[in-house]
Amino acid sequence: MPRVLLIEDDPSVREGIGLGLRRRGHEVRTTPTGEAGLAAIGEFRPDLLLLDLMLPGMNGVQVCRQVREAGQLPIIMLTARGDDFDVVIGLEAGADDYIVKPARTEVIEARIRAVLRRIEEPAGRAAVEFQGDLAIDRAGLNVAKAGERMALAPSELKLLLYLSAAPEQVFSRQQLLEQVWEHSYHGDARLVDACVRRLRNKIEDQPGSPRYIQTVRGFGYRFGPL
Amino acid sequence: MSRRKARIGLRTRLVLAFLLVAAISAATTATLAYRAARTAILKQAQDTAVSSLRDRVQRLGTSLPVETQSLREQLLAIARQGKPRTWVVFAEYGSVRVSSGTSPVSTVITPALREAALANPHGAFQRVDKGGTPYLTVAMPTVFRAGKTARPTGLVVYAVMPLNEEEIQVRAMVTAARDGAFPGLAAALVPALLAARSVLRPVRDLRKAARNMGSGRLDTRIPVKGSDELADLARTFNESAVELERTVGELRAAEARARRFASDVSHELRTPLAGMLAVTEVLDEDAARLAPDTAAAVRLISAETGKLAVLVEDLMEISRFDARAAELNADEVDVAQAIRKTLTSRHWTDPAQVVTDLPEGIRARLDPRRFDVVVANLVGNALRHGSAPVTVRLRTETCGNGPTGDHGAVRVVTEVEDSGPGIPADALPHIFERFYKADAARTRSAGSGLGLAITLENVRLHGGTVRAANGPAGGAVFTVTIPLTGEEATE
Repeated sequence: MPRVLLIEDDPSVREGIGLGLRRRGHEVRTTPTGEAGLAAIGEFRPDLLLLDLMLPGMNGVQVCRQVREAGQLPIIMLTARGDDFDVVIGLEAGADDYIVKPARTEVIEARIRAVLRRIEEPAGRAAVEFQGDLAIDRAGLNVAKAGERMALAPSELKLLLYLSAAPEQVFSRQQLLEQVWEHSYHGDARLVDACVRRLRNKIEDQPGSPRYIQTVRGFGYRFGPL
Repeated sequence: MSRRKARIGLRTRLVLAFLLVAAISAATTATLAYRAARTAILKQAQDTAVSSLRDRVQRLGTSLPVETQSLREQLLAIARQGKPRTWVVFAEYGSVRVSSGTSPVSTVITPALREAALANPHGAFQRVDKGGTPYLTVAMPTVFRAGKTARPTGLVVYAVMPLNEEEIQVRAMVTAARDGAFPGLAAALVPALLAARSVLRPVRDLRKAARNMGSGRLDTRIPVKGSDELADLARTFNESAVELERTVGELRAAEARARRFASDVSHELRTPLAGMLAVTEVLDEDAARLAPDTAAAVRLISAETGKLAVLVEDLMEISRFDARAAELNADEVDVAQAIRKTLTSRHWTDPAQVVTDLPEGIRARLDPRRFDVVVANLVGNALRHGSAPVTVRLRTETCGNGPTGDHGAVRVVTEVEDSGPGIPADALPHIFERFYKADAARTRSAGSGLGLAITLENVRLHGGTVRAANGPAGGAVFTVTIPLTGEEATE
C-alpha cells in the first residue's frame, strides 16, 4: 500500500482524511505546515503527497514548487476554495492532479491510485524508443533529450508516454483525462492544458512552436509528426 | 429619430417665437408711428385748409342777392390762393350754384357736410374717398354780424382739395416702416439663434448626462455654468445624481456583502465537512456492529453529511455565478457522446429508466463539466419528480429570423421528457427559482433544491436558454438550447 504524506493545517480534515486512508490500508503521515511536510519527506519517503493549498506560513503552491524541484514525487492538491485561480496556479506549479474538498475517502483513494498507476505498456515495443531528440525508455520510465535525462513529473511522463505510443493520432482532452488521469469524461480539461504546457517547457526546443506535443485546434493534442 | 426631431423642434420654436416677438413689436411700432404721422400730416393739411378758407371767406365781400358773375370771380381768386395747395371752390346759396371749376356742382361734397355747414358757423370739414382719390372737403358758411352775434347769410363756400400729396407721403412712411422691419427681423434672427443655442446646449448636455446615467455611469455630472434656470436644473440634476449614486452604491455594497456572506458561509462549512465526509465511510462500515439505536443515529449522520456536502457544493456554485466568477472552459465535444457519458457515469443505463435518441456527429463548443451538470440535473430531476421512462433527445435546429438577428445560426437542442404527471401550471414560472418546491407538502427533496437554478445558470453561461413545459403526453419537458459555437457566452 502506498505511503501518503498529508500536509493540511486544519486538524479535523487532517484527522478525518488520515483516519479514512489508514483504514483502507494506507500508511499515512500528517503534518500541519509546509515546512514540517518538507522536512518529513526525506525521512518518511512517501509515495505520494496530498497537499492543501491554503497553509499558514509557506503556502501550498510554494511547497509544490519546492517538491517538484527536488524530484518526481506525485502531488495531489487539496483545494477548499471555489476559486478556480488556485487550481490553475497549483497545476502550473507542477501538481499532478487536484481534489476539491470536501471529498469522500473513496474519491481520494481513487485519485491516489490513478496518479500512481503506470501506463499500460504497448506490447512488443523496443525498450527504448527514439523520437527526434527524445529517447523514451518505457520500461525504465525515463525520458532523455539529446542524451540528457529529463526530470518529468508523473503526470507529464504519463502524458508523454501515452501520446508517443500512438504518434500522429489525435486525442481529445476529454479522452486524455479519461486515459491518463482516469477522471470521468467530464473532468477538468485544464489539467491537460497545464500538463501540456509544463511538458512543452521541458522537452520542446521552442515551447511557442511545439514539435513533439502539437495542438490540433478544436480536437485536442497529438505527438508529432516530427 | 424622434429625439432629433424634438431637438430641431425646440430650436425652431425658439427662433420662431423670437421672430414673432420682433415682428409684432416692429409692426406695432410701425402702426403707431404711421397712425400718429398720418394724423399729423392730415391734420396739418386740414387745419391749414380750414383756416385759410375761413380767412378768404371772411374777406369775401358778398352782397346779397348773389351775383353769379362776381361770385365766380371771387371764387376763382380764392381757388388760386388755395392752401396748402390748389383747391376747387364751390359756393351755394339757395339754388344758386357757382364754382371755380368747370362743373358748378361738386360730386364730392356729401349731404352730411352740407348739414354740418349749416349747423356750424365756424365751418366743417370731411375727408371723402372718391374713385380711389382722397379728398378734403371744407364747408365754410359766410356770416354777417348783427350786433354781437354772427349769423349765417345762407351762402356757403365749399373747398374741395385732393389729398394725393399727403397720401403719397403716408404711403412712403408705410414703405419705410416695412423696409425697416425686414432687416430688423433678419437682425433678430441672430440673437434668436444665439439664445436658442445657449438654451439648447445645456439641454443637450443634460440629455447626454441622463443617457449616461441610464447606461449605468452614475458618476456622471454636468458642469454648472452661470446662475440661470438651466444652471439650476443642472445643479438639481447633479444633486440627484449624487444621491442616486450613493443609494445605488449602498445597495450594491449590501448585495455584495450578502453574496460574500453566502459564499463565506459555504466556504467555512466546507472545512468541517471535509473532515466529516472523509470519515462517513468508517461510520457506515462499523454501524452494523453498534447497538441498533446508535447504528441508526450513526447512519443518519453519515447520510446527512453527504447531503450537506452536496448542498454546500451547490451553494458554492451558485455563489460563483452570483459573483460572476463562473468560467466557461469550452471545448469542442461530440454532444451525443457527452450525454451518453453523463448517463453512464450516473448508472442511468437501464432502457426502462432512460430512453435516448442521440444522433451522432453533432459537435459543439461546450464546457463538458457544465454540460454534464445540466444533463445530470435534468435527468435526475425527471427521475425524482416525474416517472420513468425518461426520454433524452438531441437534435440541431437552424434559427429563422430570430429576434436576435442570428439568422442561420445553428443551435443544439437537448430535450429531457419524463412520463410523470407534468408540472402544475402555477409552478411552471417558478421552477428554476432557488429552493423552489413545486409541492409545498414535500419539505425536503433528495436534491439540494438548487439543481434547476444551477442548470439555468450553466445554460446561460453557454449563451443558451432552458425552458420547462408539459409535453403532449402530459410529462414534464425541459428543453435546453445552446448555440453550436458557444462564442457568444465568452465575453
